[in-house]
Amino acid sequence: MKRLVLFVPVVLVVVLGVVLFAGIGKDPNHLESVLIGKPVPAFSLAALKQPGQSLDSSVFQGEVSLLNVWGTWCPACRDEHDDLVWLARERGIPIIGLNYKDKREAAMAWLDTLGDPYRLNIFDPEGRLGFDLGVYGAPETYVIDSKGIVRYRHVGPVDEKVWQQDLEPVVRKYREQG
Amino acid sequence: MRLLLLAITLVLPVWAAAQQENPAAVYEFDSRSQEVRFQNLLEELRCPKCQNQNIIDSNAPISKDMRERVYLMMQEGASNEEITNSLVARFGEFVRYKPKLESRTLLLWATPVLAVLIGVLVVGGVFIRSRRHGAQAAELSDEEREKASRALSNYDSDASR
Repeated sequence: MKRLVLFVPVVLVVVLGVVLFAGIGKDPNHLESVLIGKPVPAFSLAALKQPGQSLDSSVFQGEVSLLNVWGTWCPACRDEHDDLVWLARERGIPIIGLNYKDKREAAMAWLDTLGDPYRLNIFDPEGRLGFDLGVYGAPETYVIDSKGIVRYRHVGPVDEKVWQQDLEPVVRKYREQG
Repeated sequence: MRLLLLAITLVLPVWAAAQQENPAAVYEFDSRSQEVRFQNLLEELRCPKCQNQNIIDSNAPISKDMRERVYLMMQEGASNEEITNSLVARFGEFVRYKPKLESRTLLLWATPVLAVLIGVLVVGGVFIRSRRHGAQAAELSDEEREKASRALSNYDSDASR
């Protein structure tokens, strides 16, 4: 009995080691979105290319889509842009853009020169919808199901690996559900 | 000369710190107590982008937006609870520097108490045991006593030699 007690510190250290080791490599910047399983917050904002046209959350109805938060001021958005174009053109994924805290002319020029992967863009210069979505750093990409419910959030640039590992399985799952 | 340099090195950081403006000072309030309340609220809210700063220390754009929201809600007469909840609804429990007491955070809150309790138990155990041990050791059997005095007298005669 007394001998066994002597092993208590060893056991404690091993347990602590396992707990700490499990934490290594986890991205502390990754936050779970509160909106998962909830509808996209209500909004009424102008379209980027047609300033007169007002958009609301009905744009997410009907099919599974990606919502991509971007701005011309965001270097990582430039990184992912080619991948978004690839997704839209080669894979036919509907992407809805949220042009976040940006200037209209700059955003239009960006789409003209780099290509436009978006079905449409919501123009949100004050970041109102961004705030309601809990956007804390562009780029962010959400998977929205055909009923307009947020199913997944990815923070950071999208590339082929992120698409294959994280986004595509979610998209496929909710497409099957209809 | 040296003294002057010393004075400059001492004063410069203080001056620099004073130059750095407090973001809360940008906002105007009807009363001092409102301002204090604002300040306290900002200190308890954590920036989701720069994770080890509260939204008063952080100058990330998102912190600015959050300060703005807190200010606007205060002007509309919202309670601290309502303001915090509205931010938690968007950014998650993460933004609370003081997590709520609920089943998920129970262990978090209980750990310090448990640690102290275990410490008290261990120290108490060691203490009681040593006392009991000490009491036993004080009582020698006759045989032991004889052995001891023999040993001591040997020692004495050795030493006197």
